[in-house]
Amino acid sequence: MTAPAVRMDGISKRFGAVQANRAVNLMVAAGTAHGIVGENGAGKSTLMSILYGFYQADAGQIAVNGRAVQITGSAQAIALGIGMVHQHFMLVEPLTALDNILLGAEPHWRLDTARAQVRGRLEALMADTGLQVRLDSPVDDLPVGERQRLEILKALFRGAKILILDEPTAVLTPPETEALFVTLRRLRDAGTTLLLITHKLKEIMALCDAVTVMRQGAVVFDGPISQCSLDQLAEAMVGRRVHLGRAQGATAARPGAPLLQADGLCWRDALGVPRLADVSLTLRAGEIVGIAGVSGNGQGELLEMLAGMARPQAGTLALRGRSFTPAAWLDPASARRLGLAHVPEDRHRCGMVLPFAAWETAVLGYQASPRFAGRWGWMRRLAMRAATAQMMDAYDVRPRNPDLAARKFSGGNQQKLVLAREALAPEHAPTVLLVGQPTRGVDIGAIEFIHGRLRAMRDAGGAVLVVSSELDEILALSDRVLVMDRGRIAGELAIADCTEAALGRLMAGAAAEATA
Amino acid sequence: MSQPVELPRWMDVGLLPLVNLALALAVAAIVVAVVGLNPLQVLTLLAKGAFGSAAGLSYTLYYATTFVFTGLAVAVAFHGGLFNIGGEGQAMLGGLGCSLMALWAGPHAGPALVLPLMVAAAMVFGAAWAAVPGALQAWRGSHVVITTIMFNFIASALLAWLLVNVLKDPGSMSVETAAFPESAHLPGMHQLLGALGIDWPRTPLNLSLLLAVAAAVLVQLFLWRSRAGYELRAVGFSPDAAHYGGIRPRGQVMLAMGLSGALAGLVGINELAGVQHRLLLDFVVGAGFTGIAVSLIGRNHPVGIVLAALLFGALFQGGAELAFEIPGFSRDMVTTLQGLIVLFSGAMAQVAAPALAQLHRVLARPAGAAHG
Repeated sequence: MTAPAVRMDGISKRFGAVQANRAVNLMVAAGTAHGIVGENGAGKSTLMSILYGFYQADAGQIAVNGRAVQITGSAQAIALGIGMVHQHFMLVEPLTALDNILLGAEPHWRLDTARAQVRGRLEALMADTGLQVRLDSPVDDLPVGERQRLEILKALFRGAKILILDEPTAVLTPPETEALFVTLRRLRDAGTTLLLITHKLKEIMALCDAVTVMRQGAVVFDGPISQCSLDQLAEAMVGRRVHLGRAQGATAARPGAPLLQADGLCWRDALGVPRLADVSLTLRAGEIVGIAGVSGNGQGELLEMLAGMARPQAGTLALRGRSFTPAAWLDPASARRLGLAHVPEDRHRCGMVLPFAAWETAVLGYQASPRFAGRWGWMRRLAMRAATAQMMDAYDVRPRNPDLAARKFSGGNQQKLVLAREALAPEHAPTVLLVGQPTRGVDIGAIEFIHGRLRAMRDAGGAVLVVSSELDEILALSDRVLVMDRGRIAGELAIADCTEAALGRLMAGAAAEATA
Repeated sequence: MSQPVELPRWMDVGLLPLVNLALALAVAAIVVAVVGLNPLQVLTLLAKGAFGSAAGLSYTLYYATTFVFTGLAVAVAFHGGLFNIGGEGQAMLGGLGCSLMALWAGPHAGPALVLPLMVAAAMVFGAAWAAVPGALQAWRGSHVVITTIMFNFIASALLAWLLVNVLKDPGSMSVETAAFPESAHLPGMHQLLGALGIDWPRTPLNLSLLLAVAAAVLVQLFLWRSRAGYELRAVGFSPDAAHYGGIRPRGQVMLAMGLSGALAGLVGINELAGVQHRLLLDFVVGAGFTGIAVSLIGRNHPVGIVLAALLFGALFQGGAELAFEIPGFSRDMVTTLQGLIVLFSGAMAQVAAPALAQLHRVLARPAGAAHG
């Protein structure tokens, strides 16, 4: 039997007060696909960063192919045959695909000679692995799936025999994910060892030979995939039983009066590219409308228009009986006064002020409401702190410390805080709730909780609009699904008619053409 | 890839600045030794000059007063996400404002009316001078760093032109206005303490000191207790989040620049109403720029700014004393020391942080091991 490709023994790593890894053991057999799953903050990325040389472990040993090694930097990791594909691609976008591979590994000082040498080897590699990339296109022009193939190709070109993939499918459509898995299986069968970091359990089941589950920095499950079920993994990951998907016996929606009506929204960006083309939708009391689609097909823009953060060039909006035109569009402050709450897609950029204390960020947007505004323009800080403590109790935000800086909460807790603010900070409960990516970067336990809250808001007569790139989430929450593709509504399906395949076909319109 | 080091709060706020200051002094000591002087003697003289006598202390506080105003000016703009380099020009305009008010209203009213009017005029003129770059930033996107620097030159030229052509006292040879009437003189500290029966040497230190303390307290309250300050900081940290929160960033840019300019304008009160009793050229002498260093070292927090202003006031006063005491020791040496302090406390503020974090780990480990 050959030595394991990677063996990590007793790895511990502490960041300040946080023990990110505690005595972690990991054994990955050569030529297998090994999944590492865990909630956010479980320590899986830290572990892989230690393997790739970004961090040094406080304690523990690493052996690669049976040889004990000290990995002090990524250059050394590459020399040991370890490659990493990051969740956010490390590509220089204006350069061509070929130049991106060349960058930092030029075999010759003359660039054209280097390009010629590299091109030959790359073409052989592409033929062997099935990783087809248009080498002469600038990365700017490549669709996401192809950029990812380029990243993998880059790692392989530098001699990676052990490939770490961090959340590789976060940005892919279902067909792209399928294509990626075909490629990864082929690589594994050709002898490459794969380490897959993810929190999507289905992918682990579909691709991996063995799996390690981490929770709170430690390994809680380790074994071959054939010996475990999806439920078992989910339970190990969260530490208790979870129910995702449509709640058993969920009540059917009873849509009431339309609360928000958008008609013919159009918007072109600064380059004249249409990002929203004639988008119309109606949101009624007591229903959840899901907007599915690959990220970047206009969902973000639509959400900003509806929340009053951006102004379209054409179209009208009616919100609770008031109508708006592009000349006099809704603004965020009036939107709140009309009972519209908005959980933005990007909570770090928009939803919260990261250096603020939790209580300061928990009143953002409501700082002028009579509840929090004192006389003479002073803030009622006691009321703000009390309201924040209340939100933290109601939405189980941990740690329950209103004075802690917002950035020090984990992603899931930040999202719960933002959601709690939009639900609880207004004087009256919001009647329209717009939610962008309700559970992006949020762990499984919190997903279950957030979904429950959104359903409760619907049942209380609220109109909820959910934009999500996770099909599972759309299917679990929505009563009605709109699919967006290249700035248009590509189709509308009642939840009863929704299948992953039907949605995937509508979503993939753009992606399929671009890769053809 | 280096990660930002997280230090416990007492180290971050207390120990790190002291370590940085000590490093700056150590390097300065080397420079002093190379020049052939005794570093210990120089340092002792510096401290003695700044704090050793009632007169020395008064001068230190007088310089510090000006630096508190300009430091606070930089900090308020900074919390709004703006880097106001124009404290110099705004201070000049503040001086112009208070002088015009003194010459216009001074002959007709008593100090109880004239002095508050002068303070208001200084603030309004400073604010107005800062509002122009603010508006250019908010509506035209012209970067305030560039425009405020340009406005420093314009202020300087404007002041020179006004003094030479309009405001100069007829018959006088020097480029300055007529002396302010008696009612426009801010009482000196020796007069105030004298009224209380305390004997105090006659120095430039004046009532502005209390104004500076009040300004620091008010800035603190404004930034962290008022809704306007909350909205200002939200814009400074994250314009997108502020927009999401229904805050109009343009209004906040104007507010931040206006307040910043008003604070810088108060320099005119300390220097002109308190000491010179007339408007003259170059009364700001770089205090606007020193304010940037003061704010930087004071971490843009009023308490830190007061402490940093004291440090710079002591360096100014102690340095002047040194130049007087030690032949061959020029003021440039003190400027070198100031530069080193800015270098270590500003630009290289985090250099010592990893070492302190290491120290903290070593100190904390035995306690942690006992639990584990």
